[in-house]
Amino acid sequence: MKVLGLRLPGMSSLILWGLLWEAVGQSGMSFFLPPLSSVIGTLIEIFGTPAFQKALSETARAFLAGVFFAIAIGIPVGILMGKNRLVDELLLPWVNIFLSAPLTALVPVLMVLFGFGMKSIIITTSLFGIWIIILNARAGVMQINRSLIDMALSFGASPWAAFSKIYFWAALPEILGGVRIGVIRAVKGVIIGQLLISIVGFGALFELYSANFLMSHFWAVLIVLFALAFSISELLAYLERRVSYYAAKR
Amino acid sequence: MGTHQTRVGGDPSDIPAAAVSARNISKTYGDVEALKNLTLEFPRGQLTSLLGPSGCGKTTLLKIIAGLLEPSSGEVEVNGIPVTGPGPDRAFVFQDFALLPWASVLRNVAFGLELRGIGRSEREGIAERYIRNVGLAGFEKSFPHELSGGMRQRVGLARALAVDSQVLLMDEPFSAVDEQTRRKFQEDLLGLVAEENKTFLFVTHSIEEAVYVSDQIAILLPRPSRVSEIIRPRGLRDKDVADIRRDPEYLDIVDQIWASLRFYVE
Repeated sequence: MKVLGLRLPGMSSLILWGLLWEAVGQSGMSFFLPPLSSVIGTLIEIFGTPAFQKALSETARAFLAGVFFAIAIGIPVGILMGKNRLVDELLLPWVNIFLSAPLTALVPVLMVLFGFGMKSIIITTSLFGIWIIILNARAGVMQINRSLIDMALSFGASPWAAFSKIYFWAALPEILGGVRIGVIRAVKGVIIGQLLISIVGFGALFELYSANFLMSHFWAVLIVLFALAFSISELLAYLERRVSYYAAKR
Repeated sequence: MGTHQTRVGGDPSDIPAAAVSARNISKTYGDVEALKNLTLEFPRGQLTSLLGPSGCGKTTLLKIIAGLLEPSSGEVEVNGIPVTGPGPDRAFVFQDFALLPWASVLRNVAFGLELRGIGRSEREGIAERYIRNVGLAGFEKSFPHELSGGMRQRVGLARALAVDSQVLLMDEPFSAVDEQTRRKFQEDLLGLVAEENKTFLFVTHSIEEAVYVSDQIAILLPRPSRVSEIIRPRGLRDKDVADIRRDPEYLDIVDQIWASLRFYVE
């Protein structure tokens, strides 16, 4: 964007919003919104503390494991649904229900089934991310050019070769789009899981800070989370652009 | 030129034995009859065109011969062996090229061999040879989206040639390329039929193209789909590629085919 003939770098608007936050915070309008500068100060202060490091590593482990299962199960299931009518008829209603269901309500059930530990948090994370990954992989496979499929068949491709050499790559732009949205949803999943199941990781920090009205601590953790989610999403968007050159011509 | 150079059209004793035979093929989609009791022989080492108005089932027939579609009844034999599915004795050239957009020209041309489990260095050696043959030397590392339509179809052709099948099935291969490229392709195809000892099945909707490239033209008519006529041009193969289009026989056959097709064109 250009303002007064000056070319502004991407996301310059964040500076404006940051200034607004600072101004509102300094004016003391609300106890719940400390100035941005003091939030950042707190962030630097708590970043090295064992409690924060522990929360970060616990959250990262639960998140990465949850996302791993969502991707490793979601993509093959989605491709299978796109290729096989029977599997599609069997699974599609469930995928659609879970995609729009308020999954938070399911968390207590998971607690009963899988206990109050890491396992339940990982499953919650996976459940938040997997459905959109399945749906996108399915859509990606269903739009594959008919003659590409005929080509695979006419040159005698085995089902595994057709899957790994053609279907996966032809559906890759949609698959990456699904993974990007799924990962963003998984961030929600891991925090909700930590808050509801066992008070660990960032969930524990949120609980601790908000219960004690440590607002700048609270906002500092929130900023870290937002920044993490945003960076992961941007990284995946970058990968998506890498394959977009062929997205239009398959 | 091949052995069929001296044949006289219309005399059955001069026609080579069939490499591909389709017998009593019917294909129905629900209530729609795409093909009805169609029988056709494709002589070995020659190019046979399937020509007809749209909806006459010529692509359906080609896909049945390829093993990509199953006929409702009837059977196809390739070298005396009944077709039950796709096989290494046939290679397909697609109207829309069907290239892998994420793979280089080299990998695309070698892809048929890759699927057949040929080792990397061997298949790339073969692919490089065919890339040169179709006139794409220097483009091995390019990607399909960097090539023109005509060059893409050369990649599709090289891929089909690289697997060295005896039968080449071409589904309107030149319809998606521009007129000038198409003419060059047609000339090159004549050279290919003469050099390679392969049987070519060629689907087209262009009368001129069919007469120009074919040893045998099967005219298919719709409703119900059937072979209405088989035309074997006599002397066009002896002519220089540049002279065929003003040969009286060429012009006569084009007129004759148009006369029988014109009633079926909406």
